[in-house]
Amino acid sequence: MTATVASVHPETASARSLTIDVPGWRGNIAGQHVDVRLTAEDGYQAVRSYSLASSGPGATLQLAVDRLPDGEVSPYLVDDVLPGDQLEIRGPLGGWFVWEPSLAGSVQLIAGGSGIVPLMAMIRSRAASASTSPFRLLYSVRNPDDVFFRAELETPTPGLEVTWAYTRATPTGWPRPTGRVTGDDLSAHCFPASENPAVFVCGPTGFVEAVANALVLLGHDPARVKTERFGGA
Amino acid sequence: MAGHVDGNALAGPLSELFAFDPTTASARCASCGDTAVLARAMVYEKPHSFIVRCSACDAVLMVVLQKGDATEIDLGGLAWLRTLG
Amino acid sequence: MAVISRGFGSRRRESDDSLPPGQYLTKDFPVLSAGPTPRIDTADWEFSITNETGVVSRWNWEQLHALPIEDIDTDIHCVTRWSKLGTNWRGVSLDTLFKDVDTVYEHTMAHCYGGYTTNIPLADLLDGKAWIAFDFDGEDLDPEHGGPARLLVPHLYFWKSAKWIKGLQMLPQDQPGFWEQNGYNMYGDPWQEQRYW
Repeated sequence: MTATVASVHPETASARSLTIDVPGWRGNIAGQHVDVRLTAEDGYQAVRSYSLASSGPGATLQLAVDRLPDGEVSPYLVDDVLPGDQLEIRGPLGGWFVWEPSLAGSVQLIAGGSGIVPLMAMIRSRAASASTSPFRLLYSVRNPDDVFFRAELETPTPGLEVTWAYTRATPTGWPRPTGRVTGDDLSAHCFPASENPAVFVCGPTGFVEAVANALVLLGHDPARVKTERFGGA
Repeated sequence: MAGHVDGNALAGPLSELFAFDPTTASARCASCGDTAVLARAMVYEKPHSFIVRCSACDAVLMVVLQKGDATEIDLGGLAWLRTLG
Repeated sequence: MAVISRGFGSRRRESDDSLPPGQYLTKDFPVLSAGPTPRIDTADWEFSITNETGVVSRWNWEQLHALPIEDIDTDIHCVTRWSKLGTNWRGVSLDTLFKDVDTVYEHTMAHCYGGYTTNIPLADLLDGKAWIAFDFDGEDLDPEHGGPARLLVPHLYFWKSAKWIKGLQMLPQDQPGFWEQNGYNMYGDPWQEQRYW
C-alpha cells in the first residue's frame, strides 16, 4: 500500500513521529506493526518493521521512529522525510503482541526507550474505548529529554498509572537514583503476579531480556508476559 | 544491532505465504520438542533472510528467504505448526 | 511498480572511489549475527584442516601462536553494505597452515564453533590472501566479532571470513555452506556485487 506522509513531529532530539495517510487501510489493533519499504531512485530497496502508535478503524496512522546511529532507514525517516513524501507499507501485521478493549483484567506495560510506541497504541486504545481495565506503565528512558509522547503521558487518563525510570540522568530532585530497571522496581511499581496481569514488554533486546527474566522470578506466568524486541538499523 | 528480535517480526514476511498470521500459531521444535507460539521464537534478521531459532534450545526452526518479490521458507527444523483454537 | 521515496539512498551514495559498488563507509564495527554468540575458551580451542584421505592437521591455541604471526592491514566489506577501511589484524597465514597439508582438492568448507559453515575455493585462501586472525586493532578479538579466532579473507564479502573458526574440510567440488544455502552468493566478490543468489 502506498502511504503519504501527512505531518512530522519531533518527539526527542533523535526521534520523531510521522503521521501517514494510507488509503484503503482496514484499521488495526493496538500493538500491531507495519513493514515500511523504501525504494531509492536507483532501485535499491530496504524494508524495516515499525510499531504503530495508533489503532482503530481510521486510515491515518502514526509511527514513531528513533534514529539508530548506523541505520539506513531510520535516519531517513527521522531527518529527511517531509510531508507529501511517499512510502510503501505492508500491514497491519502481528496478531500476538496486541491488546483489545474487549479484554478484561489488569494490564502492565513496560517500555524501554522507543519501545513505548506499541504500548502507547494500547494506552490510546483504552482511552478511546469504554474499557475500565486498570493500566500501569513503567517507562525507562536514558534521561528526561528522551521521553516520547510526553504531554499525553504526563497527564494520564484515569485508570492509568505511569512510573518513570531514568538510567543516565534524572530530573532534579528525583527520588529514584539512575540505573537500569531492576526486580525491585518491578515489584514496587507493577501489578503483582498474584493479580495475573497481562504484561507487555517492549524495548531493546537487552532490556526486554532482563525485564522478562525478572518478571518470571517475581512469579509472573511466562505465558502472560509478551515481549517485543527492537532490532537494529 | 547484535542479538535477536521476537517471532512477531515474521508477520510481514510470512504474510506472503500464509492466509492466517502464523506468528500466532504454535510451533514444535523438531530438535528438542519444545512447543511455543511462533511469536516467541528468536529471530535473527539478515539481509534477505530471517533465521528463526527455538527459544528453548537455539536450534534453527525455519529460515525465511526473500528472493526479490518471492518468499521461500525452509521449514526443516519444525515438527509441526498448528493454529490456536 | 515500486514507489520511489524521495531522497532515500542519497546518504548511501556519499562514498568514495576506494569502495566497492553499493558500499558505504563506517567507522564502527557493526555486529551481524544469526544466532547466539558462542563462547569458546582458548584452552579448549582447536583449529584443524582435514584432507580427502581423512588426515587431520591440528593446532591448539599455543601451537597456533608458535607459528609466524603476521600484521595485516586491510579493508573489509560486509554484504550489509558497510565497508571499513584500513583495519588492522594479527594472525597466522593460511599459507603457513597449509604448508604440510597434502591435498589435490580445490574447494574448502569452513566449519565454525556454533555450527556455521561457509564455502571458499582453496585458491582464495592461499598466496597471502587469508589468515586465521585473533587480534583486531591491538586487542584480543571479541566473541561478538568472531573471537577467539576467525577466518580473515578480506577480498571477499565478510561473511566468508567465518567467525569462531574451527576447521577447514577439503572438498572435491564446491558445495554451499549455511549462508550460501540461505541465499548468499557462492563466491561473494564485493567488486562484482555478488551479494545474493
